[in-house]
Amino acid sequence: MNILLILIPCALLLGIAGLAAFFWSMRHGQFEDPDGAAMRILIDEDEDRPRQD
Amino acid sequence: MSYVAPSEDWTSVPVETRFAVPEMHCAGCISKIERLLPEQAGIRTARVNFSAKTVSVAHRPDMAEPDLIRAFDAIGFEAQPLHGAAAVQRGATLKRLMRALAVAGFAAMNVMLLSVSVWSGAEGSARELFHWLSAIIALPAVAYAGRPFFASAWKALRAGTTNMDVPISIGVSLATLMSLYETATGGRHVWFDGALMLLAFLLAGRVLDEMMRGRAASGAETLVKRTAPGAMRLAEDGASQWVAADDLRPGDRVLVAAGERLAADGMIESGTSRFDLSLLTGESRPVTLGPGAAATAGTLNLDAPVTLRVTAVGEARAIAEIARLMESATQAKSAYVRIADRASRLYAPVVHLLAALTFAGWMIAGAGWHQSLLVAIAVLIITCPCALGLAVPVAQVVVCGAMMRSGLLVKNGSALERLAQADMALFDKTGTLTLGRPEPSGLNALDEQERAVARGLAMASRHPLAVALRQALGGAQVGPAVLDEIAEIPGEGVHARWQGKPVAMRRPTADELAAGPAVDDLTMTVALDLGGGRVHVIRFADAVRPDAARALAELRALGLPAAIMSGDRADAVAALAASLGVPGQGGMRPADKLARLEEEAAAGCKPLMVGDGLNDGPALAAAHVSMAPASASDVGQQAADIVFLGDSLIGVPRAIRAARASMRTVKENFGLAIGYNVLAVPLAIAGYVTPLVAAVAMSTSSLIVIANSLRLRWAVR
Repeated sequence: MNILLILIPCALLLGIAGLAAFFWSMRHGQFEDPDGAAMRILIDEDEDRPRQD
Repeated sequence: MSYVAPSEDWTSVPVETRFAVPEMHCAGCISKIERLLPEQAGIRTARVNFSAKTVSVAHRPDMAEPDLIRAFDAIGFEAQPLHGAAAVQRGATLKRLMRALAVAGFAAMNVMLLSVSVWSGAEGSARELFHWLSAIIALPAVAYAGRPFFASAWKALRAGTTNMDVPISIGVSLATLMSLYETATGGRHVWFDGALMLLAFLLAGRVLDEMMRGRAASGAETLVKRTAPGAMRLAEDGASQWVAADDLRPGDRVLVAAGERLAADGMIESGTSRFDLSLLTGESRPVTLGPGAAATAGTLNLDAPVTLRVTAVGEARAIAEIARLMESATQAKSAYVRIADRASRLYAPVVHLLAALTFAGWMIAGAGWHQSLLVAIAVLIITCPCALGLAVPVAQVVVCGAMMRSGLLVKNGSALERLAQADMALFDKTGTLTLGRPEPSGLNALDEQERAVARGLAMASRHPLAVALRQALGGAQVGPAVLDEIAEIPGEGVHARWQGKPVAMRRPTADELAAGPAVDDLTMTVALDLGGGRVHVIRFADAVRPDAARALAELRALGLPAAIMSGDRADAVAALAASLGVPGQGGMRPADKLARLEEEAAAGCKPLMVGDGLNDGPALAAAHVSMAPASASDVGQQAADIVFLGDSLIGVPRAIRAARASMRTVKENFGLAIGYNVLAVPLAIAGYVTPLVAAVAMSTSSLIVIANSLRLRWAVR
């Protein structure tokens, strides 16, 4: 049963990490424009091309 | 991507203004706005939010809104400034609920993990350890995630009423406190998992519900915003200065440029131009006004600059009157009680009573307060409306998603409920039954080269017929021809040179008109002299929407007889009404339409109003439920509950079928939830429900309700 002493904190920590990640992404506006992100991938910006020396 | 124009000197701190740009459709639009807008003078960055169809523009502090709108215009987009924090606030509520849901979900899963070990037979010190761990997770989680319910229940209790949140709050807090006591005394059953799972399911319902909760905005605010935010005031010495609309006074002289909207009611002093009065009358045809004529705020000056003597500002303007009508109409509509609230009004007292009776019953039977309380908690947890809380929002979210895919944008959940009840349909004419834009005929006679020249000419003018011509020719493979010496003469047309030859898009002469079939309306024809020696006379007419007759027939089959209410001339309305086979009434002002709707409501009917113009705004707001085409004015779109995309009217009967299907499913869901209670409550009262049974029962009933609602994905036909 001693393994529980490691596993339970592990499980909780992972869960809290997920929760923290969700809170972080909400605060930083990751859900502000879900449709825009899907569109922006299609924009061909010239300055984003690999540099050709 | 934000792009900073390299050439400009940025010493002052830029100011940010938000604009609505509804015409963004693709990645190309995003990149065009974000790349080209900062290249305009005074604009630093532009950031598109595609989901909200808004653009945040950072610009120099001395730039006024019209300058920015002109900058949008220069890159080919129509922008509307956004004020007010209503949308921001609504987003904040949703975010708070999402955070609460995340915490409840996280805690429920972890506590469930521990509970499963206990149910599988953990005994003695291991069980106590797990209980304590559960308590450590659950107490802060319940305190955090339960706040929306506690706050609402407290508010209801203080007002001396009860709502669904009262039994939820009592159930959750009693279960948590009792479990804490059990944990401390080494008891067998704790309810932490039940309390948290309950919160998680209910919050999921609340989040979905919040997504469906429409803005309470009536659209009246937008209506006033449709007037110009300010005007060029002319001083006595002839100098002009931009002043905000609020600072205008009656008696001021203002200069209104072509393409500008009026900020105040006034009388024209000098200049003659044509005005788009559709704001007030719904009539799409422009009206020529000269010196001495009265013009109202919000009308659009089409051709030439005019000087205006201001006669009314602010609340005295004619447009403010429509806004007031809309405001009062919206207040009347907010009296509608949503089906979920009606259900909870019946349900909450029953739950209280059952739990109290159970407690009393077990006490009388001599079970002792400890066991009696445990059983009463089991009753509260079991009866707590998990499935009931999900029954309405899941069905509505699913059906709205399906409707959105077929071009029907539902603004709030209660609109679906009201639409399912509608028993008659009232249509506006111009822009609703008809397309609301002049459609040219006779373009087929043009060859490819002539089309290119015609497009070049049409692009030089902002006259409605030129815009219509441009749109009609836009689909052609040829681009506009390059023209020289372009000159637009107001009221006459556009003249230019193409490869040295004179070309024109102008008013037709009497001879040219005599050559073709008779024309009843001279303002709806143009002559195209395209350098080929031949003059083409193009006639424009406002075409009836495709499928209008079929849509009206389907509505009749659904039990919604239709009628036309229009501000247009009575004979034009009568002709359309006769061709569609429905009764029609013309010459109605906004207040007349409102009065007709109030009459119908008083007679016990539940009218569906379909309209588009600003003059339909009060009627859209007052009707039991309302729809508007996407081509509608933004006030029409704001005031309507549902907006349909595309030219076809078939969306109207389709929306009604979908709404009725969603109501059927909601009722089935209620049936399922109540059936579950009928089975589970006697067990709970008898004391057979352990935390394990409650967990299984709660999740099964919720899943069944969700699965039943998902069938609605295919309900929009």
